Amino acid sequence: MQKAAARRPFPWHILVFLAPAVLIYSLFMVYPLINSLRLSFYHIGDQNQTSFVGLSNYVKLFTDPNFAPFFWNALVNNIVFFIIHMVVQNSIGLLLAALLASGGRGRAFYRSTLFMPTVLSVVIIGFIWQLILNPLWGVAKTMLGWVGLESLYRPWLGLESTALQVVSLISVWQFVGIPMILFYTALIGIPEELTEAARVDGAGGWQTFWRIKFPLILPTVGIVGILTFVGNFNAFDLIYTMKGANAGPNHATDIMGTLFYRVFYGQQLQLGDPSMGATVAAMMFLIILTGVLIYLFAFQRRVQTYEM
Amino acid sequence: MRKILTIVSLLVALSMLLVSCGGGQTATPAAQQPPAQAEATTAPAASTEKVTLTIDSWRNDDLTIWQDKIIPAFEAKNPNIHVVFAPTAPAEYNGVLNTKLEGGTAGDLITCRPFDASLALFQKGYLTSLNDLPGMENFGDVAKSAWITDDGKDVFCVPMASVIHGFFYNKDAFDKLGLTVPTTREEFFKVLDAIKADGTYVPLAMGTADLWESATMGFQNIGPNYWKGEEGRKALIAGTAKFTDAPYIQTWADLAAWAPYMPEGFEAVKYPDSQVLFTSGKAAIYPTGSWEISTFEKDAKFNMGIFKPYLPKAGDTCYISDHTDIAIGMNAATKNPEAAKTFLSWVASPEFAELYANALPGFFSLAKQPVTLTDPLAQEFQSWRKDCQSTIRNSYQILSRGEPNLENELWRVSADVINGKLTPEQAGQEIQTGLDSWYKPTTSQ
Repeated sequence: MQKAAARRPFPWHILVFLAPAVLIYSLFMVYPLINSLRLSFYHIGDQNQTSFVGLSNYVKLFTDPNFAPFFWNALVNNIVFFIIHMVVQNSIGLLLAALLASGGRGRAFYRSTLFMPTVLSVVIIGFIWQLILNPLWGVAKTMLGWVGLESLYRPWLGLESTALQVVSLISVWQFVGIPMILFYTALIGIPEELTEAARVDGAGGWQTFWRIKFPLILPTVGIVGILTFVGNFNAFDLIYTMKGANAGPNHATDIMGTLFYRVFYGQQLQLGDPSMGATVAAMMFLIILTGVLIYLFAFQRRVQTYEM
Repeated sequence: MRKILTIVSLLVALSMLLVSCGGGQTATPAAQQPPAQAEATTAPAASTEKVTLTIDSWRNDDLTIWQDKIIPAFEAKNPNIHVVFAPTAPAEYNGVLNTKLEGGTAGDLITCRPFDASLALFQKGYLTSLNDLPGMENFGDVAKSAWITDDGKDVFCVPMASVIHGFFYNKDAFDKLGLTVPTTREEFFKVLDAIKADGTYVPLAMGTADLWESATMGFQNIGPNYWKGEEGRKALIAGTAKFTDAPYIQTWADLAAWAPYMPEGFEAVKYPDSQVLFTSGKAAIYPTGSWEISTFEKDAKFNMGIFKPYLPKAGDTCYISDHTDIAIGMNAATKNPEAAKTFLSWVASPEFAELYANALPGFFSLAKQPVTLTDPLAQEFQSWRKDCQSTIRNSYQILSRGEPNLENELWRVSADVINGKLTPEQAGQEIQTGLDSWYKPTTSQ
């Protein structure tokens, strides 16, 4: 055994094949990430001189009255944004996937149609929905009028109490295709024999789904959950498109991404602050890292994966 | 309605195209190209090399004007210099410019925002002092005030233009309803009441969704009449006046009183929505500034007029916000400082002033020599300078240097006041507390 290993030449080809990916990944992902984390421990002065300040940027982010309220507000909004996606997007995705997987005519048509918004540009999505919900010429008001509910119309996107929820639901509408397709592929991968056996044993459709199919697709549920989590805490584009970097009204739609953008790049008369921006980015990284670790250790290792 | 939507979507598509074009041009900055391009030299003198200057700007709306009118006029006189105008979207300009300057890829000429944003660039050594630039003598102290160091020693941008705030109105609508142009607060609200009672038009085309309209087109538009222009602005800097004082509370109270006259659902109405609402003839009055002239004259099918910000009561002195808005400076790292200075001198010349002010009606020259304007609305705006005292937006000089940023805060609270989320008194309190947290007025100021 040892002899054989010693005689075998070093597998250079593996290095050669790995090199391009490792190089590009390190150069464009790992290095900037580490450098950005490093920047969060520095302060940049008026004359562009940098000085090491330890954790004081983090202390400032959590305690300074100019940063802390915005940070907590953005974090809470981001959690609401995530919960809405988890509850609405993923359950609708599961429902649609179950409907699609149960067969029926026009399946391919619905599958592509429901997936379509996902591939559209977020700028188009933001623009279309702003027009639909527009108080001046939006169809939302007219359509409510058709069923006599015009009085229910509100300028939802502009109200502090509803703006975040509406923006979240628009994002749900756009991305519902992704959990749907993932659940769908998992569901159609379940062998016919299992469901048939359940039916023979006297299980109804509801029971078959929750007792047989759902446990079998649990790994996919985990993947969808973690994808949603990472996507939501990195989200920025839709809110920036619809509400601008100020994420109004009164920062009601401010999430981590928009907060980072404002702090890092500055806006109008406010100058950007790269080191504080890097601190916000580092917090986003930490939050996502924690989430992913919880998923890896608390979920993925425990969930039973069945060979089918 | 469908037509409006088509127009709006076309505009958006077009602006996206422009933005992407701008991005493409800036991706290959001239600074990185070899200065001499033999095949591009068309000038007869073989010894002179043709240089390319790139201008960084946020005015992507003006791209065609620069390309068709301004740059050809300059190149006709200076055949050895080729100028490229490379704009970025306004909201992204400051961030993009800072990043480009730090990375050494910014253009040779930099369009300057007024006051602290550009001052910071000068202090960081990105902009050159232009004290000795020929042509600088064409500008007075007020014109230069937005691009000068606090001690008044170094000027670092050539002033290009200012914008004046006021109200646009639909003349046809006013004639139909038998209304006359309001000059005082009382008359203004009477006119609004009359338009609302008639019901044909939305009295006031404005929304709060983009936040800045509330501050820029509301607060800074009518405010100077309450805080007496420069007097009030300087008092804020000196610390002798506060945002909790009556003039400021009254300005916010006025804005709150506008809300019932604004379109239904104004909380979600954006800036382009209000523009279309007005130019499509559905609204009677539009609070804004002179920069709208060219787009409005193109889009509106009705007769349009303007009136000054209303006075608190008849007989008061009128004050207008004649805001020094745009200037141009030289990147300290430029490879072609001589060519850049030639261009800047030309920008300081009366020839440029006349060309620019007429190509872009609503942007008024800051040069000492009077400029003859051809556009009637622009003429009327300019005539206000004779009748009224000029001032600039009070958040721009010095007061937006710290955190929380005064300008951003004014956007937020002004929108909240109109939305009914804050009372004028609360707004004043929040702004003053924020300012007090970092700003200590010096007695010498």
